[in-house]
Amino acid sequence: MAELNKDMFVIKGKNITKMESISRPSLSFWQDAWRRLRKNRAAFVGLCIIVLYALLAVFAPMFSKYGFSDMDTAAMHASPSAAHWLGCDATGRDQWVRIWMGARTSLAIGLFSAFINMCVGAVIGGLCGYYGGKLDMIMMRVVDILYGIPSLIITILVMLVLGKGVAPLIIALCVVGWIGTCRFVRGEVYRLKEQDFVMAAKVLGIPDFIIIIRHIIPNILGMLVTNLCMAIPGAIFQEAFLSYIGLGIAPPNCSWGVLAKEGIQYLRIHPHEIIIPAFFICTTMLALNLLGDGMRDAVDPKLRGTE
Amino acid sequence: MLKYVTKRVVAAILTVFALVTIVFFLVRLMPGEPFTSAKLTKEVAENMNSYYGFDKPILEQYFTYMGNLLHGNFGYSMKYTNKTVNYIIGQTFPFSADLGIRALCLAVSIGLVLGIIAARNRGKKLDFACVLIAIVGTSIPDFIMGALLQYFFGIKWGLLPVAKYLGFEYTILPACALAFYTLASVSRIMRSSMLEVTSQDYIKTARSKGLSELRITCKHQIRNAIMPVMTVLGPTVASVLTGTFVIEAIFAIPGMGKYYVESVNNNDYAMILGMTVFYGCFLVLCNLIVDILYGVADPRVRIGKR
Repeated sequence: MAELNKDMFVIKGKNITKMESISRPSLSFWQDAWRRLRKNRAAFVGLCIIVLYALLAVFAPMFSKYGFSDMDTAAMHASPSAAHWLGCDATGRDQWVRIWMGARTSLAIGLFSAFINMCVGAVIGGLCGYYGGKLDMIMMRVVDILYGIPSLIITILVMLVLGKGVAPLIIALCVVGWIGTCRFVRGEVYRLKEQDFVMAAKVLGIPDFIIIIRHIIPNILGMLVTNLCMAIPGAIFQEAFLSYIGLGIAPPNCSWGVLAKEGIQYLRIHPHEIIIPAFFICTTMLALNLLGDGMRDAVDPKLRGTE
Repeated sequence: MLKYVTKRVVAAILTVFALVTIVFFLVRLMPGEPFTSAKLTKEVAENMNSYYGFDKPILEQYFTYMGNLLHGNFGYSMKYTNKTVNYIIGQTFPFSADLGIRALCLAVSIGLVLGIIAARNRGKKLDFACVLIAIVGTSIPDFIMGALLQYFFGIKWGLLPVAKYLGFEYTILPACALAFYTLASVSRIMRSSMLEVTSQDYIKTARSKGLSELRITCKHQIRNAIMPVMTVLGPTVASVLTGTFVIEAIFAIPGMGKYYVESVNNNDYAMILGMTVFYGCFLVLCNLIVDILYGVADPRVRIGKR
């Protein structure tokens, strides 16, 4: 009987080398999140609305023949028409231009204050969560106490101290706004630093700084971005509220809150003056909420790879 | 349990103390003076300042104020002369509280029902409708909701009175305007918490025991799902109460919010300070009650494993 050797046999049916090869392109975390976000129709519509509004806010006032504070006594309380697309306010200022000037202020305030809050909260929360100890204990007591104070009250008082304007408004929204993020980041970091991959990095002698940047931050970034998305409508909401009670933006500058406040006075006779700003505030909030919901699902690692 | 309650109470007292301190110094930092009317001569203004103690060092003012506060005394208003802040709060707070309680009851009851309906019909049209209401609700600021309700129900269709606070039909519109946002957020939380509970083992057990769907929903799902809603009740009370600020202004209701905004514009130190402290303490108290109730309801907290 002939000697049996390997060359005499062929594996039928399966091809081991081919079976193990990766047939699909590998997706990074953000590519995967983006793919899922696009699939979520509501979130994608939200994203489109936000981009559209942002573009209009930048370009619409530039390409209009009216300035945002140009008064025209002949067009007081004008209804929407070919000359004034969205009508005019009590002093004959063109609403189309004012809406987009207001959008600049409102969107900028929403974005900046939410972003600053996120950064401050993440840094403080991250330090507390990672290092723990006395610093953590003291900071958490402070945060607990501040968390119990109704934020709107502090915001109102800070606005009173600093006066009207965009910068004071952003500062006022940031004085207590970071606390929510701080608590959440601290909890996450506290949980993450006990995990094996951080332990492995530590054992390999990687300095804390690099561990935080390379291992901890990427793991919470998705949730942070979601938080940011959810915080922007909150900030726009508060800006509108403060402007509404007369503490936000000083005239002649405007924001959506100011427009709503001015419009509400003429509710009985010229309802378009309130309904139009109301429409833009509500659609923006709606779009951001939808986007935030979509983001939350998209960056959830539990859902990764699923449709 | 006792340890938990003590911890909460101490935290609440510290919060109130921090609140009063922060507010006191912030109010003093405000630009402008309370007595700037052109009608006042310099001597009168000085007299007024010394009457209210503004000529004393700020720390002394602070300790005096704290001392008075411990006796429940908020001082005199500077705009409404001869009226104490306590008196004004006593006159106006019932309106705000009445409105707030109505709105809260409306929001929590309807919000819970919507959340439960949505979760029971997951993926169907009814679920979609409830989620839509919730998302739209969280997207409309309350002052815009108030204005729109006023326009459509009050002016265009003439169904309900637009302003003042004289009887039941007057309370409907402001309460709805105030409740809508909270209603939406309660229903969202209730829906997701119901869905989370549905996949738990004890629901499977209940189902395999052959309990009816109604019993499972009422006795097992809702009871467990309601916990997360309770945690947000504290902040919810806060948002409803601060929401009354603008709602009262829009609907011309003589509540605290209206006076608060007025005294902010008048630089009325004593009123701002008094009302802020009152609001703050009230909200801290609400949070404390919610925390303790949560501890009573959740066995994990009760035993002290937290």
